[in-house]
This record gives sequence, C-alpha cells and structure tokens, in this order.
Amino acid sequence: MQAMTGWLGWRAARFVIFSLGLALAGTGASHAQLRLDITEGVRDAVPIAVVPFGGQAEGGTNDIAAVVAGDLRLSGRFAPLDRKDMVARPTIGSEIRFPDWRLLKSDYIVVGRAVTERGATSVAFELFNVQTGELLLAETVPVPGQSMRAAAHRIADLVFERLTGIPGAFSTRIAYVSVEGTPPSRRYRLVVSDADGFNARNVTESNEPIMSPAWSPDGKDLAYVSFETRTSAIYVQRLATGERRRVSARAGINGAPAFSPDGRRLAITLSRDGNLDIYILDLATQALTRVTSDEAIDTEAAWSPDGDSIYFTSDRAGNAQIYRVDLAVAKEAERVTFTNSYNARPRVSPNGEELAMVTLDRGGYRIGVMDLKSRTLRVLTDGQQDESPSFAPNGATIIFASESRGNGDLALVSSDGRYQERLRSDSGDVREPAWSPYPAR
Amino acid sequence: MKFTHVLAVALVALGLAACTKPKQTKPSEPPPAAAETGGASTTGVGEAATGSKPLTAQQQALAALRTKNIVYFDYNSSEIPQEYLAVVTANAAYLVKYPTARLRLEGNTDERGSPEYNIGLGERRAQTVRRAMLAKGVADGQMTTVSYGEERPAVAGHDEAAYAQNRRVEFVYAQ
Repeated sequence: MQAMTGWLGWRAARFVIFSLGLALAGTGASHAQLRLDITEGVRDAVPIAVVPFGGQAEGGTNDIAAVVAGDLRLSGRFAPLDRKDMVARPTIGSEIRFPDWRLLKSDYIVVGRAVTERGATSVAFELFNVQTGELLLAETVPVPGQSMRAAAHRIADLVFERLTGIPGAFSTRIAYVSVEGTPPSRRYRLVVSDADGFNARNVTESNEPIMSPAWSPDGKDLAYVSFETRTSAIYVQRLATGERRRVSARAGINGAPAFSPDGRRLAITLSRDGNLDIYILDLATQALTRVTSDEAIDTEAAWSPDGDSIYFTSDRAGNAQIYRVDLAVAKEAERVTFTNSYNARPRVSPNGEELAMVTLDRGGYRIGVMDLKSRTLRVLTDGQQDESPSFAPNGATIIFASESRGNGDLALVSSDGRYQERLRSDSGDVREPAWSPYPAR
Repeated sequence: MKFTHVLAVALVALGLAACTKPKQTKPSEPPPAAAETGGASTTGVGEAATGSKPLTAQQQALAALRTKNIVYFDYNSSEIPQEYLAVVTANAAYLVKYPTARLRLEGNTDERGSPEYNIGLGERRAQTVRRAMLAKGVADGQMTTVSYGEERPAVAGHDEAAYAQNRRVEFVYAQ
C-alpha cells in the first residue's frame, strides 16, 4: 500500500504542471503573475480526492474543489486525484460510494457544495476516510467578500489541519519584488498575492530599487526599502488603504526592516560613515536604540518569536556569519553559525526552534535550516543562487528566491527538505518573498 | 518633494501608472566592455563640443571624466585594484580644482549572496573610494555615497563576465 501510494503521489506530482497565472479581473491586479510548476516528485504524498463542488459550475478561477486541490498539492503532502479519473460527482456524504474511491486509491475524499440562503452564500463540505468510511470533518464556511477562492483556501486549511495536525497556511499571502526591464532601465514593483500566486496586486512601484518587504505581525502593514528618492529609505504601508509613512530616511543606509513580534518596533540597519549596524526604531516615539556597534557589516535582523533576541548577519569574523544578540542583557553577540564560509539572512521559524538562512554550500548559495538546539545545519536546496528564505506561519514550508537559467523565480521547500516546487514569474524576475502571518479571524 | 504612492485601486491599468515614477536621472553610462579597457581609456573628449556653445573649461574637464567614472572590484573585495587608481586620481583632481562640483559615489555588487548583505558590501566599496578621494585632498562635503548592492546591475547576465562589470563604484556628478 505504501509503495502504491508513493508511486501514485510521485506520478501525480511529476506530470502535473498546471497554471495558476490566469488573468485576473479586478482593481490593482498586477501583471507580474506567478505560475506554479511542480518540478520535483513527492514520493510519499497522500492521495486524496477533492470532488467538484455542487452549486457552482466546474472550471474557472472560482472552482472551489480546484482551489482546495491546488492548495493541498502545493503543500507537497497530498496528491489530489485527477478530476478526469473521477467516476462520480458526489456533493454530500450520503452520495459517496466508498468502494469506487478505494479502487481509485484515494485515502481521503472531500465533497461539498455552495449554498445560498437568504442572499448569503456559504460552502458546506465533508471530509471522509475512504478506507473506513469515517466522517472526519463536516463544516460550513462563509464566503468572505464574495470570494469563493478565500472560502476554498479556508477549507484547505481545515482539511490540512485535520489530516496533518498542522494548521494550514493557505489563507495567507506573500509579498515579493518583481523586476522587469534590462539594465540600466528597470521597473521595480512590490507585489502582494495570495499564497498560491493568485490575486497579485501592486503595493508600490518605482524605477529605482525596492527591497526587503517585511510583514507586520497583524498582517496589515508592509515595511520595505525604496530608493525612489535616489537614496534608501524605509516605508511602512497600510495595505488596505495604501497609506504609508516614511519611518527612516537617515543619511547613509536605511535597510533590512523587521517588525518586532509585538508590532511596535522595527529592527533596521543604518550606517554611519559606511559602517552598518542594527538599531531598533520605536514606531510610536521614533526613539532609536542601537543594538550592534561593530566595525563590520551588521545587517539582516530577525527577531526571535518571544522578542527577546535578534539574529543577524555580520562579517566581523572576516566572512558573513549569523550572530545572536540578547536584547535584555548587555553582552557580546554570540556567533551561531560555524559550518560553511558564508551564512546570511537569518529567519527564525514560528516556533523559535529553527533558523533558516542562505548558506554557501559546495559552491552554491542555498537555503539551509539550523536546529537551534543541536546547532546542526541541514541544506535544503541545491540551486546556485537561492536566497531570501521566509517561513510560512505554520512553519511547514519555506518560500525563497531562486535563480535558474537566467530567471529569478520564487520556490517553495518543505522545512524538512523533502519536496520543492517553483513559482515561476510570467514576466521579469521575482525576488525577496516574504510570507504573511495568519489572517486575523 | 512629496512622493506619490500607489493605492492599489489606482492601478487598474498598469500602463497608466506614470504618476508613480520618481524622477530618474541616469548617471553616465558605463563604457561598453569597460572591464576589459580598464574603464580608464580616453576617447573623444571633444565630441560633446559640437553644439552651438563652446564648453567651459570645467565642462570639458567633466566630459573627459566620462570615460574614467567607474572603478571595478574583484569578487568579495572592496580594495581598489591598481589599474583603477588612475580613475580615483583623475576625479580627485577635478573635484580639487572645482570645489563647487558635487560627486555621488554609487557602490554596487554582483548578484550573488543575500541582497541586504550586498548593500553592506556596496557601501564598503563606495566608502573605500571616498576615503581614497579624501586622501587626495577632496573635501568631504563634495561627496555623498549610496549603495545599491545587487539591485542595479550595469549589465544583465548570470556569469562571471556580467558579475565583473557589476562589481563597481560609479562616479556620478550632479548636473
């Protein structure tokens, strides 16, 4: 059974290349769409049938079952059954003939339908174990703001959590920078899309570089660096309104913003006579606290989830390595990385147990994850230029920027390194992805 | 100057979003294959003088610097290579002679490694050049620095030939 499951999963993943980059209606849509290409097999993905939902037409961007199946596939842990192999279209548990689905080797089945009552649409769904016929989950989710896709992402979150024990992160978003044009004439856009690449919208754009998007912990604001005044400055922009504040435009470098877990402070990099150091900016009072004061490059601050310490990149020992400074205790920063000659851009996992980074591994810049207890480093990717890792809020997946064959794409890797997928850009390069926190519920 | 920002709703048609473009003044172009020619070759100084008005001495001096306005660096290094010391010398001489001239040193790196760390490396390169200029008598107030890290490559491409042209400090004079 295990072998069969693995083969099915591998086959499904290996041959399915599907496009998520459909043209979008609506305001603010960015043309910098991402397309998901499954490029590597998932050998142990769990087969699941997500049957087309009742109460709506099949196909198109609002096809609930297609969105749920796409999310589950994107997680790398599931291999959704191809729709054309489905022999029936049950939309409610009582209609399911389990022996049929056993023959199709599906371990689980999801059925459901969109229901409109007194003008309000909701989506009811059920999740069953195909082997036992046991009902595992039955819920009705609202359709927020008429968005069938949002309802579908919510369903995927619930199914994923029921089957893996890990909350799904499909209702989240990603921010990234898209760059189009040939040097020296390039157009930079800061884009926010759904986690599956859909609904891409421009947050800001410029002919000068835009860098380092960072989410506020409530997911309402983005901090980023823009060179639109021909020098770097840090802005905080409210996504819902577009309203923004320039929070740091000091002489020299203003870079690498990172919100504190309480959202009140921003760790930033500033320079004085070319010497980069990390500071903490209180967003309400504008008070500035210096964190590092070494003559080396100190940058790329990342907060621990408890807000007590900051990890950062420094070349104080001659090459880029990651250090940790305890904010409560006035003492020397502690060096964290020792393997490999280049380790940079730390990001702490949501549970605080792991550190993702860029590591120079056998000639390639790759994504590594260090277990902070044992201090062992695992290299998860095999690219030549993989950078800017960012954890999904459930910690299960890391999104990163990856250049291959001259294209800058985004890519996903499970934090255990077992599967990897690419989100290709239809136009220009995409880089510096930042995964949003969970949406407020 | 107030910079307009982009409301999501203002971008229905991306092509019409011209209101968001900050004014860009492109610095003088790096010479083609500058890495090979050392960036210090001198050509056609008088070419720009074909207009109606003759150039002033300062304008001519500035025009002569157009082919000496980039220092290229070795991988992961912020040391000015020997062959580019002449670029520093020529620009320093100009700034000393014309104390009202203003120079902007733009540090850049190749695309390898982490973007924000590369901002640091680009800054280090710009500062190295700035200090070399100070040593040659240029007033501190005549120079500013900026680091673009890997964000503004001179040339596209993902090989060592492209990287070599992108690891640079550009000398950009205020117009």
